[in-house]
Amino acid sequence: MDDVIEKIKEFLSDDLLELKEISRRQTYITVSEERHFDFCKYLFEELGGRFATATGMDTGDGFEVLYHFCFDSMNRVITVRVKTKGRDSELNSLAPFLPAAEWIEREVHDLLGINFKGHPGLERLILDDSWPEGEYPLRKEKR
Amino acid sequence: MKKRTIIPIGPYHPLQEEAEFFQLYVEGEKVVDMDVRISYNHRGIEGISETMHFDQVTFLVERICGICSASHPLAYIQAVEDLAGVEVPERALYLRTIINELERIHSHVLWAGLAGHFIGYNTVWMWAWRYREPVLDLLEEISGSRINYANAKIGGCRRDIPNELMPHIQKVMDELIPPMDMITKAVLDDPVIHARLKGVGVLTKEDALRYCVTGPTARASGVPIDVRRDDPYAAYDRVEWKVITRNEGDVFAKAVVRLLEIFESIKIIKECAEKIPDGPIEAEVREIPPGEAVGHVEAPRGETFHYVRSDGGNRPVRHKVRSPSYVNVPSFRASCIGQSISDVSITLASVDPCYSCTERIAVVDSDTGERVYTARDLIKLSQDKTKRLMEERGRQTNE
Amino acid sequence: MSWKIWALKKSPWVFHVNTGACNNCDIELLELLTPRFDVERFGIKLVGTPRHADALVVTGGVTRQAAPRLQEIYRQTPKPCVVFAIGSCACSKGIFKKGYHMIGPVDKVIKEVDPEAIVMYIPGCPPKPEAMILGVVKALAAL
Repeated sequence: MDDVIEKIKEFLSDDLLELKEISRRQTYITVSEERHFDFCKYLFEELGGRFATATGMDTGDGFEVLYHFCFDSMNRVITVRVKTKGRDSELNSLAPFLPAAEWIEREVHDLLGINFKGHPGLERLILDDSWPEGEYPLRKEKR
Repeated sequence: MKKRTIIPIGPYHPLQEEAEFFQLYVEGEKVVDMDVRISYNHRGIEGISETMHFDQVTFLVERICGICSASHPLAYIQAVEDLAGVEVPERALYLRTIINELERIHSHVLWAGLAGHFIGYNTVWMWAWRYREPVLDLLEEISGSRINYANAKIGGCRRDIPNELMPHIQKVMDELIPPMDMITKAVLDDPVIHARLKGVGVLTKEDALRYCVTGPTARASGVPIDVRRDDPYAAYDRVEWKVITRNEGDVFAKAVVRLLEIFESIKIIKECAEKIPDGPIEAEVREIPPGEAVGHVEAPRGETFHYVRSDGGNRPVRHKVRSPSYVNVPSFRASCIGQSISDVSITLASVDPCYSCTERIAVVDSDTGERVYTARDLIKLSQDKTKRLMEERGRQTNE
Repeated sequence: MSWKIWALKKSPWVFHVNTGACNNCDIELLELLTPRFDVERFGIKLVGTPRHADALVVTGGVTRQAAPRLQEIYRQTPKPCVVFAIGSCACSKGIFKKGYHMIGPVDKVIKEVDPEAIVMYIPGCPPKPEAMILGVVKALAAL
């Protein structure tokens, strides 16, 4: 596992904003909005991570999106954390190279209103047809 | 240009939190594209979870899916235990293993029965469900309920299984082996089932990796992943068992993987019931510190994945749930396109999403908007194909 | 007793609607058809379309997306018909009461269409198959 972390450090070099290891099997890596697409692509295509899911979160002044990758043979879950600078910023979609991310990005778009650039069909997935446009149930002001 | 027909399938698909509405685009009999719309069963569990205490959430996630009602809580609990650094007592680990494996057996048997129904073998359906009953009875005896067990809790288990019941568990498991043998043989040795399922709905290894599928769907496509082995939780690293894989990726391979897994589960339960140590069943958990953690568990259908974040209060600030079908279902795009529509219902069923979606299929002709096939006709198409194959082989159908 | 009610009570055919259940009630319902309980002996049968049904069996608290479909299905069912709300969610929304995507318990949604509708409640999470049989028997006796 350590050589994977080394490779990641080498790949990201200065763009690695934070690396946190929690418990025996979880690693959290924070990267910038600009690098997360490359980095996820690297994790999936070069290092062979299995994309588990993504978690979107409202932090008040922006969004936080976590992409969870499982490395089954090494018993590790590497989570890529991206923080957007504001409520309006967009993220690059992972769906063009990762079909498994298609649904979850649509769901995050539904629930939080984050736009994913380059997604093949960012349509409504999880909310009903009559749900009002521009209302996002998991945003802070809705709770 | 060939005429293109749209077939809506759905909308209901209640096996997990996501319900689905499929639209198949068909040219002649061949499926050329498909679309999925979900939302029908969206209950906003992630939103509700943030209004509940850590302990209450256990019972909420139990109700995400009726069949994974031991796996979801366990994934959530393991995430919280990781976060709080709780050491779970040994006996509780064994109890969790027993309940989770019983759940796997009843789920796989249920699937075998429904798969039989879809290809026109109602006998398999009735038999499989009849032999599933002893498992449910056993679960009721040891947990108090046939389906929602409410067994695990943060720090251990809520209810102990008395040692006097262990011989009974052994006995029920022993009695389960002959009928499971019979069902397995009935499926694996039948030339018609071979003809009907082999080479149908193939999900290649490359596609399985691209779509990141999990569970039996991945294992049948030659991707040897199993959370129970890769990230051992409960008592899975303390007992002997093996991961079943197949390389073909077709519906038949998925059936074989599930059926053989039943025997592995029986083995695990028997060994657990024998080895279970005495001792406390729960550890004290005082408070959940701020932090975040993920937990994953191998449910009958694949990996359930939970992410929990705490700010030190008594409620999670974010709780993300991903059930196995959420990644398995999009792989239909890879396995259904190019198939004939009579194979679609069994291909959809092969990842074990649910039955009632296929019960509500209607075929609509896109030009006239007229209803051409009804829900039943699609299953009938599938059943007729089996019948035709039987007749070609000079066998009597049992109707 | 009108002849319609008299006829309704003989071998009721049921149509199963899932409006956002976790599937427990659905499995237990199917259980009724299989050898242990085998209610088909009494002529109770699941049918494939509401137009053939005497009774609707509804499981799950009603989600926003499912509510209009449930109402449409109710409209298509020949009257008189009985609606069975199976499980705690169908009776009262159960544990999902606070969900932003839930519209209401089954009776509320059905009564928007037909205030005179006959609704029977079978609570439990999930109700045991025996409880469902008892519920049906009590309902038929009360008609």
